[in-house]
Amino acid sequence: MIRWDAISWRFLRVWRRNFVTFRRIWKVNFLTPLLEPVFFIAAFGLGFAGLLGEVRYGGAAFSYPAFLAPALIAAAVMNNAFFETTYASFVRMYYQKTFDGMLATPLSLEEIMLAEIVWSASKAAAAAAIMLGVLSLFGLLLWPGALLVIPLAFLGGIAFGAIGLFFTGIVPTIEMFNLPIFLFVTPMFLFSGTFFPVSNLPLWAKPLALSFPLYHLVELCRLVCLGRSETVAFLSLGYLAVFAVFFTILALFFMRRRLIR
Amino acid sequence: MSLQAPILEVDGLRKVFRGRTAVDGVSFRVAAGECFGLLGPNGAGKTTTIRMLYGFSPPTAGTVRLFGMDLGRDWRRIRARIGVCQQDNTLDPDLSVEENLLVFAGYFAIGRREAAARAAELLEFFALTPRARSRVMDLSGGMIRRLILARALVNRPDLLILDEPTTGLDPQSRHQVWDRLEKLKASGLSAILTTHYMEEAARLCDRLVIVDRGRILVEGRPGELIRKHVGRQVVEIGGPDGALREYLKEQGLPHDDLGERILLYTAGDDGRVAAVREHFCLRRCTFRDATLEDVFLRLTGRELRE
Repeated sequence: MIRWDAISWRFLRVWRRNFVTFRRIWKVNFLTPLLEPVFFIAAFGLGFAGLLGEVRYGGAAFSYPAFLAPALIAAAVMNNAFFETTYASFVRMYYQKTFDGMLATPLSLEEIMLAEIVWSASKAAAAAAIMLGVLSLFGLLLWPGALLVIPLAFLGGIAFGAIGLFFTGIVPTIEMFNLPIFLFVTPMFLFSGTFFPVSNLPLWAKPLALSFPLYHLVELCRLVCLGRSETVAFLSLGYLAVFAVFFTILALFFMRRRLIR
Repeated sequence: MSLQAPILEVDGLRKVFRGRTAVDGVSFRVAAGECFGLLGPNGAGKTTTIRMLYGFSPPTAGTVRLFGMDLGRDWRRIRARIGVCQQDNTLDPDLSVEENLLVFAGYFAIGRREAAARAAELLEFFALTPRARSRVMDLSGGMIRRLILARALVNRPDLLILDEPTTGLDPQSRHQVWDRLEKLKASGLSAILTTHYMEEAARLCDRLVIVDRGRILVEGRPGELIRKHVGRQVVEIGGPDGALREYLKEQGLPHDDLGERILLYTAGDDGRVAAVREHFCLRRCTFRDATLEDVFLRLTGRELRE
C-alpha cells in the first residue's frame, strides 16, 4: 500500500515548513535543552553526590554526573523526537489539517510523513548539540569524540520519531498518547541504563532493557562521550537502524490508512 | 490541446466507503474556460467527488482525466496545474498570512523570489496586503476564505477546484469572494465549484449538475434548467384550501403542495394561472421569478438532510 515511487527530494519542502514554524519560537524551543541538563546535573551532582560515590561502568569508574550526562542527551533525543511526531504531528494532522492542505499540492503522503520523521530527528539532533555544549561546560565529556553524539542523535531521532508517528497513525484521540508514554517512554527512560548500568539489573530484566532502543542509544552516547560501553557498538547501531526502518515503514502504512479514504 | 478539448473528463466515478456508496457512477466534462458547478444537498457526494478529482481519495471505480492526463498515473504533474480550495480551513495557524503563501509555493517547488512576487500580487488582489504579517488566527472568516483562495492560486493553476467557497461567510464577505471569482473567471480561468447556495451557482456557473445520493440528477445551464424543470414564474399561495387543490388537479397544473403553502409553476402567459390568481389568491400570494433553488428543491425533495 505504501507508494515507494512517490518519494522524492520534495519532502524537504515539508521539512522546511516545520523549520519555519520552529524558528518563530526558537527561543522557547532552545530553553529546554539548555536548562534541562543543568537541572539534572545540579540535582544528581550536588544532591546525590554524597550518597552515590562512583559508578563502575564498562570496566572503569566514573563520577555519577559523568555517567549520567550522555544518557541525559539520549533521553532528550527520545523525548524531542517522540513528542514531535505524536502530539505535534497529531495537531497538524487532526486539528490544523495541515496534511490535507499539502495533499492538494504535488506532495505525496509518503513525502509528508517522511518529512515529519526526518524533522523530528533534526529537532532531536539540534537539542543534542545544545546539550552537548552545556554538558561540556561541566567538563563531563571527551572531546572531540563527543561530537559524534549529533549524528547518533539524528539516527536515534529517526527511530523514536518513526515509532511516534506510528502511534499517531493508530491512536483514536490525542489523549490516547498517554498509553504509549506510560507503557513505552517512561519505562525506557528509567530502565535503559540511563540512571544505573544495565549490568546492575537482575538477569531476568536484562533482555527487556536490551530490547529498548533507548538503551542502545544511551550506550552509543556513552561510548563516544566517555570512551566506554557495555555493548558492541555496531550491534547497537544495527539495532537502532533496523528499528528506525521498521517503524518508518509501519508509520507510512498506518498514516496512509488513516488519512487516505 | 485545442480550446475545445475538455480540461477535465470524469467517467463512471464511484466511491464506496465500508459498503456505503457515496458516489455512484458520476460522469461529466468541463471545457477550458468554463465554470462548472456541482450542486447537491448535504451528503450527496459532492466533497467525495471533489476529493477524487485532485487525487486525494482513490476512486473505487471509474477514471479521472485532467489536461488529457490520467490522474492515477500523472497525479503529480496534474496537481502542479490545479488549485484546490478545500472546504475546511487548512491554513497554517503557526505561520503568518504571507508565510502561508510562501511555504505553500514551496510545495510546488516555486523559487523564493518568484514566490514572493506572486504572494505580493495575490495579497493585493484579495485585499490582504495590510494583513500580510498578521497571524492567521487573528483574521476574520472572510479574510481566511480569501487567503485560502489566494493560496490555491499561488501555482497559477489552469483549473481551480472550489469546495463550498463561501459557506459560513457573512453577505459582505460572500459578495467580495464572488466578485474576485468573477474576475478570475473573466481572465479565462477554468473552475469547478461545489455549493449549496443556488444564488452562487446561478451567478458563477456556466453549466452545472445537481447530484443526490451519489448520482447526477440533471445537467445543464442554470437558465435552461430553470425553464425546463420549473418554468418562468412561481406563484406561492399561502393557506390553500380544498377548492384550489381540486382546481389544480383538474387542470393538471405543475405544483408542489407543502401543506401550509402551494407553489405553482408556470411558463408565463397561461390563462389557468391567471384564473388561480383571480379566484384563489384572496389571502397571501406571492408572484416571483423561478430560481435555481426551485429546481433544486423539486429535484432533491424538501426533507432535511443531516
